[in-house]
Amino acid sequence: MSIQKVQNNKAWFMVMPVLILVAISAIIPLMTVVNYSVQDTFGNNEFFWVGTEWFEEILSSERFHNALLRTLLFSGLILAIEIPLGILIALAMPKRGWAVSVCLVLMALPLLIPWNVVGTIWQVFGRVDIGLLGHGLASLGIDYNYTQDNLDAWLTLILMDVWHWTSLVVLLCYSGLVSIPEVYYQAAWIDGASRWAVFRFIQLPKIKRVLLIAVLLRFMDSFMIYTEPFVVTGGGPGNITTFLSIDLVQMAVGQFDLGPAAAMSLIYFLIILLVCWIFYTVMTSYDNDEQSNGGGPQ
Amino acid sequence: MASIQLQSLAHRYPSAPDYALNSMQQNWSDGGAYALLGPSGCGKTTLLNIISGLLRPSEGRVLFDDIDVTDLTTEQRNIAQVFQFPVVYDTMTVADNLAFPLRNRGIAKNEIEKRVADVLQMLDLQDRASDRARSLTADDKQKISLGRGLVRTDVQAILFDEPLTVIDPHLKWQLRTELKKIHQRFQHTMIYVTHDQTEALTFADQVIVMYEGAVVQIGTPQQLFETPEHTFVGKFIGSPGMNVLSCEVDGSEAVFAGKRIPLDKAIDNPNARFELGIRPEHIRLSASEGMPLTVTALEDVGRHVIVRGEIAGTQLSALVKDGVAIPENPCVSFDSAHINLYADDYRVGSGRGD
Repeated sequence: MSIQKVQNNKAWFMVMPVLILVAISAIIPLMTVVNYSVQDTFGNNEFFWVGTEWFEEILSSERFHNALLRTLLFSGLILAIEIPLGILIALAMPKRGWAVSVCLVLMALPLLIPWNVVGTIWQVFGRVDIGLLGHGLASLGIDYNYTQDNLDAWLTLILMDVWHWTSLVVLLCYSGLVSIPEVYYQAAWIDGASRWAVFRFIQLPKIKRVLLIAVLLRFMDSFMIYTEPFVVTGGGPGNITTFLSIDLVQMAVGQFDLGPAAAMSLIYFLIILLVCWIFYTVMTSYDNDEQSNGGGPQ
Repeated sequence: MASIQLQSLAHRYPSAPDYALNSMQQNWSDGGAYALLGPSGCGKTTLLNIISGLLRPSEGRVLFDDIDVTDLTTEQRNIAQVFQFPVVYDTMTVADNLAFPLRNRGIAKNEIEKRVADVLQMLDLQDRASDRARSLTADDKQKISLGRGLVRTDVQAILFDEPLTVIDPHLKWQLRTELKKIHQRFQHTMIYVTHDQTEALTFADQVIVMYEGAVVQIGTPQQLFETPEHTFVGKFIGSPGMNVLSCEVDGSEAVFAGKRIPLDKAIDNPNARFELGIRPEHIRLSASEGMPLTVTALEDVGRHVIVRGEIAGTQLSALVKDGVAIPENPCVSFDSAHINLYADDYRVGSGRGD
């Protein structure tokens, strides 16, 4: 099937306002970062061209490698916990009646709390001297201290993120689940499908699109996480919870190494872009296959 | 395969004030092809869902072969049902979709393959067997839904809920014929819900006409046409439907617009609202004989012309064969052998032939 498309370059004028907005809000600020990443400065607005030196330095530095690995591990764990947990909770939520509103409000609550407040809540909650969690665990005889123990620090951060963000996955999945027409379930009963088969062949395919959005959002957010770990652990103990974002701020603001920090920002940005692209391509490639076969209306 | 009995069956949805289905007593025989015919909202789908077990009736019992199944689940009842809109498992291939109900019941692999191949051939889908179901057109998806209903051979009954609504007209004929053939071959008890009289009359041996939550008549297509037991049946079946004319009854005669029409028996029911039913096919037009008709419209429908008009303020349609001249100021007379008399919408007698 080939349709002759009408070419009309005037259409570009229609997208001009958006292009200008994007240029001012994103491209021009990004260019200043690019500017820093290829030059060195000793103050007084004097710049020296260094080419790709900062990029090479960052890419070969062990400090960057470790921070990247920690961040990837954190995002991986977050996705591995929050996505299945979110689906499970969404499946368990009621589909009608007053309980729906109660559940939705309860689910939305953590999402409404500002990041630094979440950090503060958990920072206090986990303290061994006054925190409910920390003190409770200590009184049960469990040796828990997120300021000294590496594993405890990680567990606290992951628990905090799961508490804060699983709701987002739940709400997205729930919206997908309630939009499945009742007749699909009826057909499944007629066909004698098991509960697992209903999930595998009806619910999962139908929520796949919202699930893709959930995965992308949770990956991006967890990969860029800064405020909460900064408030709770400050990157410690040692630098065991120093994620890329925390490391970047230390480099840019703490050490005032603007050149390497700018180079690192760009690398960081490209990694996020790359991973999101991979996620998106993998998860939608199946759809595209189908559509190219000349798919009919749903 | 099973006979289906409905005992004092009635249903009211929890939030609704009125009954969706009024109490009914039905006995449908094993291996019959039944059509449930009625306008939208008359309770056809509710009744179907009660039979398949998707809905539990608020009153009464459902029996398959004299065994009470009211409390059994859909799966335990072993029913196949095809819905109005296509339901396919998107991620599976066409063949897997058809095999799904069989696999869930643990049927042997070679048996599954054989039956799936059978159904693919019946529905003319062999070429698409290994395509993903979601890539098909709406027509083909509905064929798969039909196929999943037909692939099981051990079912108690196969229920169709307006299955051809989304199907292209030319394909409709083909699939309906195919269903009829399948019925003749396997002798399944089949119940086919539709609001399309042509579909009901061509598919079924027995047509069950429903109106406002009640079964108003069960009969062969011919019975429904000749002796509608309810004015609704007369109006709903036939195109155009039966003329229903207010009349009075005097002993064994009906009086319409001053004309006395002999009845087969004397009717004694002074308080009832009487109506005469006469099919447009049984009204004769002539230049002078009978009651004068004021013609309001002529509709040419191919082999016939529908003459619409009025007698004493009552609307009336008559059917005239194409090519037969229609007089300038026609008069009409009724073929009294084909007249039915209704008291409060239910048939109580008929005209006496000359």
